[in-house]
Amino acid sequence: MSDDRELRDLYQEVILEHSKKPRNYGVLQSADHQAEGYNPLCGDHYTIFVNVKDSAISEISFQGSGCAISRASASMMTQALKGKSQAEAEALFTRFHDLVTGHGGDANALGKLAVFAGVSEYPLRVKCATLAWHAMRAALRGEQQAVSTE
Amino acid sequence: MSTVAKTPHAIQPEFVAYDVQKVREDFPILHQQVHGKPLVYLDNAATTQKPFAVIEALEHYYSRDNSNIHRGVHELSERATNAYEKARAAVQQFINAADTREIIFVRGATEAINLVAQTYGRKNVGTGDEVLITAMEHHSNIVPWQILCEEKGAKLRVAPINERGELVLEEFEKLLTRNTKIVAVGHLSNALGTINPVKKIVKMAHAQNIPVLVDGAQAAPRMKVDVQDLDCDFYAVSGHKMYAPTGIGFLYGKARLLEAMPPWQGGGDMIASVTFEKTVYNRLPYKFEAGTPNIADTIGLGVAVEYLNNLGVDRIEEHEADLLAYATQEVQKIPGVTIIGTAREKAGVLSFIMEDIHPHDIGTILDSEGIAVRTGHHCAQPVMQRYNIPATVRASFGLYNTRDEVEALARGIRKVREVLG
Repeated sequence: MSDDRELRDLYQEVILEHSKKPRNYGVLQSADHQAEGYNPLCGDHYTIFVNVKDSAISEISFQGSGCAISRASASMMTQALKGKSQAEAEALFTRFHDLVTGHGGDANALGKLAVFAGVSEYPLRVKCATLAWHAMRAALRGEQQAVSTE
Repeated sequence: MSTVAKTPHAIQPEFVAYDVQKVREDFPILHQQVHGKPLVYLDNAATTQKPFAVIEALEHYYSRDNSNIHRGVHELSERATNAYEKARAAVQQFINAADTREIIFVRGATEAINLVAQTYGRKNVGTGDEVLITAMEHHSNIVPWQILCEEKGAKLRVAPINERGELVLEEFEKLLTRNTKIVAVGHLSNALGTINPVKKIVKMAHAQNIPVLVDGAQAAPRMKVDVQDLDCDFYAVSGHKMYAPTGIGFLYGKARLLEAMPPWQGGGDMIASVTFEKTVYNRLPYKFEAGTPNIADTIGLGVAVEYLNNLGVDRIEEHEADLLAYATQEVQKIPGVTIIGTAREKAGVLSFIMEDIHPHDIGTILDSEGIAVRTGHHCAQPVMQRYNIPATVRASFGLYNTRDEVEALARGIRKVREVLG
């Protein structure tokens, strides 16, 4: 049964704050990796820009539009990934995915990202929470085609 | 009947108030709680709920009459055939077609449009020719024509809409040229609620001998459709949007055109005789109904049509017009809400956006209140592009919705602001 408590779990203050004032928002000129995430059914559309230096993410940003969940997720992802290696980014991707799909995992290892745990109660919103993450992974892997989570 | 009408104080059936609470009792699905709140189903443009009569017709068919049609000599086959053809007659009368031969059963409006594109279209549209549609079409009335145009080297032309979401008739008329081989236009826009002036459109096109297909998926459950009065050449309908099962719909086509069209799919039932040298096709409508059809759901469609007739389509139209007007008034009062689609002739559909709040977030919060709406592009991406928005929230009304539900919707939208700040 969903009630206001579950709704507040989904739309936590931190999430709303990030969706209104996203961090690392904008085009990263001369990014050496970038990829697009697009969910045509709902219209969420983001581009992720990444610069890798000494095998670590030195700069990361995103641009685009979408719902509060997808936007906050993109914003907090960019914060979490700065300074991480590609392997660490992939590992965080998996942990985050497990969290929002309700497959458990170590919420502590996710730090601030643990606020997205509420998404697991809303299976239809998983695609929103993971869109930027899929685009980030595609960018690091050098995939050309736009990714979708629909 | 006529003597009753002369008595000034006599209550004629059409003056009996529309009893929506009684109507609701016919729909078992409505009586449930969603997330602890009474279900408020406002996604009728996507699909409608089914009355007991339709559900029972399916059960009755499968438990009593199931058999193949048009071939057996046994009792069950006769019952199934009769019920199937009775549905055709019901549909014919419902849209006032001249003849039952003009009603082809298909999976839905999408299949009906594809059928016309692939038969009439392939035969009559060639290199350099044009197909004319409007900027408010559903993807199902865009893509079949794109496929045809690509195959034939023809051009898809699109008549523009204005800011209200109304077709710009002068521009439409200008786009009718001697290269235009067919016009395809929606009767009622699923994304905006706009009612197109189909009769005028048909007149304009016919003045240049261009046939017109009308996508009636949203109009058929919401307003009186008279294909002879409209004088359209084809009319496409989905059963599931008019309280019938999914997977069934129909194509109306003028007999003269259907006769001249090549068949679409080959198989059983659509033939008169088959040898390896030559096959003679069956007469209308069977020429276009290859293979064992969706018998049960067709019977369900016939029952849904009867149900609508009993309620009275004009009264349904009036009831929904009241709901739409009330919803428009209540939703407009909410700060930050913009209604998308403000055509003067409008029915059934209320699309809106809220500043800085994405439709999906609105949809989730409304759902937590038990309110089912559609969020997204509504299979009309060009319409979204026209308004430069990614998506809208769409509340769409049905014959069982109430003013209380409209109020629940307005409360739900106010809650969105509360939750998201």
